Amino acid sequence: MNQSVLIQAIIYLASGVLFVPIAKRLGLGSVLGYLLAGVAIGPAVLGLVGDEGQDIMHFAEFGVIIMLFLVGLELEPERLWKLRVPVLGLGGLQVLLTALLTGGLALVAGLPWQPALALGMILSMSSTAIVLQTLNEKGLMQTAAGQNTFAVLLFQDIAVIPILAIMPLLATYPVAESTDHHAHFSLTDGLPGWLRPFVVVGAVLGLVLIGRYVMGTVFRIIARTGLREVFIATALLMVASIAVLMEMVGLSPALGAFVAGVVLANSEYKHELESDIDPFKGLLLGLFFISVGAAINFDLIRENPLLVIGLVVGIMAVKGLVLGLLGKVFGLQTDQNLLFALGLCQVGEFAFVLFSFASQNGILAQEVVDLMTAVVAISMGVTPLVFLANEKLLLPRLGTKEKASKEQDHIEEHNAVIVAGFGRYGNIVGRFLRANNIGATVLDFDSDRVDTLRKLGMKVYYGDASRYDLLKSAGADKARLMIIALDSPEKVLELVETAKKHFPNLKLLVRAADREDAYELLDAGITHVYRETLDSSLRMGVDAMTLLGFRAYQSQRAARLFRKHDEQNMAELAAVRHDRKQYFSSARQRIRDLEELLSSDTNDRWLKDVEDGWDPESLRNEVRQMKP
Amino acid sequence: MASVLILFAHPALEKSRTNRILMGACQSVASVTSVTINDLYQEYPDFDIDVDREQQLLLDHEYIILHHPFYWYSSPAMVKQWEDLVLEHGWAYGREGNALVGKKIFNVITTGGPQRAYDEAGLNRFTVRQFLAPFDQTAHLCKMIYLPPFVVHGTHRLTEEEMHQYARQYKSLLTLLTTDQLDVEDARNRQYLNELLVD
Repeated sequence: MNQSVLIQAIIYLASGVLFVPIAKRLGLGSVLGYLLAGVAIGPAVLGLVGDEGQDIMHFAEFGVIIMLFLVGLELEPERLWKLRVPVLGLGGLQVLLTALLTGGLALVAGLPWQPALALGMILSMSSTAIVLQTLNEKGLMQTAAGQNTFAVLLFQDIAVIPILAIMPLLATYPVAESTDHHAHFSLTDGLPGWLRPFVVVGAVLGLVLIGRYVMGTVFRIIARTGLREVFIATALLMVASIAVLMEMVGLSPALGAFVAGVVLANSEYKHELESDIDPFKGLLLGLFFISVGAAINFDLIRENPLLVIGLVVGIMAVKGLVLGLLGKVFGLQTDQNLLFALGLCQVGEFAFVLFSFASQNGILAQEVVDLMTAVVAISMGVTPLVFLANEKLLLPRLGTKEKASKEQDHIEEHNAVIVAGFGRYGNIVGRFLRANNIGATVLDFDSDRVDTLRKLGMKVYYGDASRYDLLKSAGADKARLMIIALDSPEKVLELVETAKKHFPNLKLLVRAADREDAYELLDAGITHVYRETLDSSLRMGVDAMTLLGFRAYQSQRAARLFRKHDEQNMAELAAVRHDRKQYFSSARQRIRDLEELLSSDTNDRWLKDVEDGWDPESLRNEVRQMKP
Repeated sequence: MASVLILFAHPALEKSRTNRILMGACQSVASVTSVTINDLYQEYPDFDIDVDREQQLLLDHEYIILHHPFYWYSSPAMVKQWEDLVLEHGWAYGREGNALVGKKIFNVITTGGPQRAYDEAGLNRFTVRQFLAPFDQTAHLCKMIYLPPFVVHGTHRLTEEEMHQYARQYKSLLTLLTTDQLDVEDARNRQYLNELLVD
């Protein structure tokens, strides 16, 4: 048993590892790679996986749920509110018009009105998984097309709920005796009808309240243990629990996860959650795409090639036309509209769920369901090709390149500055920048401090700043500077290494605890090194000189001279210090130099010059030599 | 090809529309010709002028431009600090001070007042040239040739288009210098260098 699970895993992983890089190389995108991998191991080609493909798809749908959670996490409530017009208007009209039109065509094709309507509603769904993944991969999420696409997909997710509610009313066949293998415990089954809406609303409300007021504390406690895997486990546990809870009250688990994501979007653990869960999303989505590929029933295509192909093309054309028309009405530019309409014209994974629901409830005949399942799978399979054709064939002809035109009111969390470590040092830098209206994304690994700062209304995120994924989600690829003020010198060096490797454009300003620390940083190639005690001790020295009766300007210039000298000397010593002996002799030499420099103003040309300009000595001499 | 050094001094460039536009013009010229821009407030925010560096820059260039706003009928403090420290006795002036002999120097200034205000009968009672006498004499003592200033008048009321027109003039002035087309003797007799420039 164990072994067969492992062998299964090997088959899926190997196919993905083999096909995805090839597809990526060929410019086809990872989604198509996974789908091809699925086709290859599926019954049509190698036959390595068979019926269990359906179960795996069901399991892998958890990837879609995680994806929606992550999407929610990216979407703060204020931004969601701004999307209300596209979600309700564009999304609502798309589902309504597509359902009526495809349903109408089914009616013309000879289906009774009930199954026709059910079919129409099912076919109005698009594939959240494929479309969002593809848009993310191509970096098009922030374009007008991307935002509207997302709005439509969001509405479709919401629409699943009323669709599931209406469907049983459309039953025309006798209901099969509980054929549902995935029958799960339901909270609402035993309740009288009028009570159900309350349970549903209660569950969502509970979700929001728990997310808002309890999860922060839970994550904080877990974070304090410092065990990353437990944090990841907690995050996955939360998403899984939400999914189950939502299913129990008859809501879409993906929608529930999305809501939870939105609730946590303002939380300090946002970036940490994102980077921790993201790999799971990727793997499960990959698995999901593979199982879609494996589920494509090539026998059915072979028997009825014209019918299947005709249906795929027809449905995608109808959906695409409705979308294109709506895109036009909602003011999308032609290039954006093409991306929007062609991107969403497939039928999505929700259809699989709805089809099985429809056949169990006696709404659609099994033949219709089998045929349509194949059609849906093919339409999903060709989606990456449609994207590709749009990108390579249609858009170049249009003349306008799809550019990432940022939505004007879209709030970007990408600041020019990242402050890593907000302790006694970093907080001063951060406050100073803030006072000058320079936005900074703050990362800190002390959960108590993060908590306090958040209460003060600051945007601070919890996490280990030396990790690549966290830096990435904090926007390190778009930021210009990073202030590194972590307490642990080892962590600082680790972070410097990561940043230099992955984000070479990021300028690094690094705080060093002492000289020894500064040498390490100079060795690591950092040019902006700040010893934390240097400036304040020099300021104290200036005050001391002034109190002793030196002119204030003179003391201050002396201090600046001292600092300049000291930094030059440090850079030189950093280069030679590996040779211990040389270090000592050289250091002694330097100290002697410095003493000389400060005691007489003849040693350093820089100091001498300054004195010269203000020193009338040489002029006096010349004048005295002249005859009166 | 003559080389030009622009000593630019503005303590709050972020607040000066005119000077931002003028500097933009300089930068576009500097990127392709022998014009060097030395942004003094950017280089020495703490007023600790690197005398060696400044003297070397002077030696390396034929024309020296002091580009600054006309604060209190003179320059911002940095220019004064620069003169005090860089133009050393025995180097720039005095019996042995011959480092700058024959170099040409002039001011590029921006001022809020219109030209008619700088007149015996006007609000400011003296002409710009009269106010610039200390620069004139400093150049003279350093055995340099002092040229008339290039002046942008009435900056408070300039429209965007007028500023760009001044910027174009400034650019063509720099081109005149770098391509050795400036008739120094003719220029010396003018009130402003602006007169030599059309557009």
